[in-house]
Amino acid sequence: MPPLTRPSQVAVTPLAAELLKQLGGEHGPLMFHQSGGCCDGSAPMCYPAGELLVSPETDRLLGELEVTGLDPIPVWMSRSQYAYWSHTHLTIDVVPGRGSGFSLESPTGLRFLTRSRLLTDEESAALNR
Amino acid sequence: MTVYQPPGRPGSIVGYHPRYEHWIGGTWTPPVRGRYFENPTPVTGQPFTEIARGTAEDIEAALDAAHAAAPAWGRTAPADRAGLLLRIADRMEQHLEELAVAESWENGKPVRETLAADLPLAVDHLRYFAGALRAQEGGLSQLDEDTVAYHFHEPLGVVGQIIPWNFPLLMAVWKLAPALAAGNTVVLKPAEQTPASIMLLMELIADLVPPGVINVVNGFGVEAGKPLAASSRIRKISFTGETTTGRLIMQYASGNLIPVSLELGGKSPNLFFADVADRRDDFYDKALEGFAMFALNQGEVCTCPSRALIQSSIYDGFLGDGLDRVRAMRQGNPLDTETMVGAQAGNDQLEKILSYIDIGQAEGAKVLAGGERVDLGGELSGGYYVAPTVFEGTNDMRIFQEEIFGPVVAVTRFEDFEDGIGIANDTLYGLGAGIWSRDGSTAYRAGRAIQAGRVWTNCYHHYPAHAAFGGYKNSGIGRENHKALLEHYQQTKNLLVSYSGRAQGFF
Repeated sequence: MPPLTRPSQVAVTPLAAELLKQLGGEHGPLMFHQSGGCCDGSAPMCYPAGELLVSPETDRLLGELEVTGLDPIPVWMSRSQYAYWSHTHLTIDVVPGRGSGFSLESPTGLRFLTRSRLLTDEESAALNR
Repeated sequence: MTVYQPPGRPGSIVGYHPRYEHWIGGTWTPPVRGRYFENPTPVTGQPFTEIARGTAEDIEAALDAAHAAAPAWGRTAPADRAGLLLRIADRMEQHLEELAVAESWENGKPVRETLAADLPLAVDHLRYFAGALRAQEGGLSQLDEDTVAYHFHEPLGVVGQIIPWNFPLLMAVWKLAPALAAGNTVVLKPAEQTPASIMLLMELIADLVPPGVINVVNGFGVEAGKPLAASSRIRKISFTGETTTGRLIMQYASGNLIPVSLELGGKSPNLFFADVADRRDDFYDKALEGFAMFALNQGEVCTCPSRALIQSSIYDGFLGDGLDRVRAMRQGNPLDTETMVGAQAGNDQLEKILSYIDIGQAEGAKVLAGGERVDLGGELSGGYYVAPTVFEGTNDMRIFQEEIFGPVVAVTRFEDFEDGIGIANDTLYGLGAGIWSRDGSTAYRAGRAIQAGRVWTNCYHHYPAHAAFGGYKNSGIGRENHKALLEHYQQTKNLLVSYSGRAQGFF
């Protein structure tokens, strides 16, 4: 029998987790939505939970980030975009930088960044079956 | 050649103030919460001015000023509204060189581009909408002998505009010119990466613009952009940026039942058909330049031709010649007029581009040129420079599907017309595209078959006023850069008038 739960397709670096703790303290429960397109596109956008309306019809839940002391943080992506990302695993990192739409971290002088790796065959089989 | 001195240094033709407040109601207005943020230049990574950090309170003040100015501005005669645009254009033209250097310093783009494209296009755009407004006509329809429908254009009122950082002055003018011409007043939120050059412009035109007609509030998206986009006091919101923020803005607009205009980027295909290589002539040279256009503005253009599709029969030769053209690009100090490729706009952009170079290689794409950060030495070592990068791979790779917003092109081959169009359209986006062929019929059929709002045919990266610009698919909603935009910033008022002296007969 394959495992009943999907492996997570997302992870978070320790530095990004620290920033999430700070943002969670200021804004309460959080969510991510992976953006596409120009300027600040291809950046993960961090919002107060529920700020961006998502639905299973239009978006895919990639997984939830576990950060000590915070509610699980769901990471979403539009389904159309997922069609091109389905073979990769995403890690939310943070770098010095400025601005990313209405993402909560921009005033801190830091910015979330998505780092990617290819899924292993086992992960891919479990996630995209 | 000319090497300009950085703004504010001895010998420079332009300087920034050490601090900029908001521009609200025709006066410099400090932020209500008294906070500022540093603005670094990507040329060296060092801050050069500080900027008011706007919040909802400042947006409200700007909306107050815009609402106070709206009735009179909306009633101003079209000739006078057009006159304002013409005077702004003249003033910008008189100070074109200063503005070009200032924008280059703030954004990192080469001054040869701001001198030759950004600023001249902005000037022309203002003049175009001045003319378009003067030529705009309402309608008159005779419905029967005694009944006439008159159609008038009326301004929407106060509109919100959120602009990107890749062309700070040109994108501001793209949005301001039609909105002002149409009789609206504006609250503008510049990008937090490039908040200063627009303030330099406001200072330059302060004596021309009636107070409250243009209001500029700087700040971060979440603190200043969101309260503007979500405000119930605007009648339209226009945004250039990316898809998730675009969705959020539509969501806010749905709460207020107002129209949105969204320009959200792309992953533009650039198709080179085999007949391009029939001769080694000027046209072939032009096509090679078209291939190299991915590096214009360091690739920080929504329409960057970031997917080059080359027909198989000429693939190796054309790609080889294209790579020669890429290796000949001069990267360096953006303030040097010989420099073709400058700095990325910020550290996070640099990091994102490098992360895509990583995933591209992990997916098996081959780096044919570039693929790394560049250290230009001296003061420029702190800046954000990426070597123009050419990848070879397949269209299902993420570097072929996501907007990297850097000087990175992903190259692949196609067999025939159907295959080429199929690959070109296999993308979420549809903003720009390029078609290169000596055969008019092939070029026409390809241009019509591609699902994109702008298909450059035997050219690329031209942005003249009077050519509509905007996206299909996930690239957005609405068009810019064309007289049709006037109506996007206007209500249609219909007066349905009966000249009959007799009752209708119902009661």
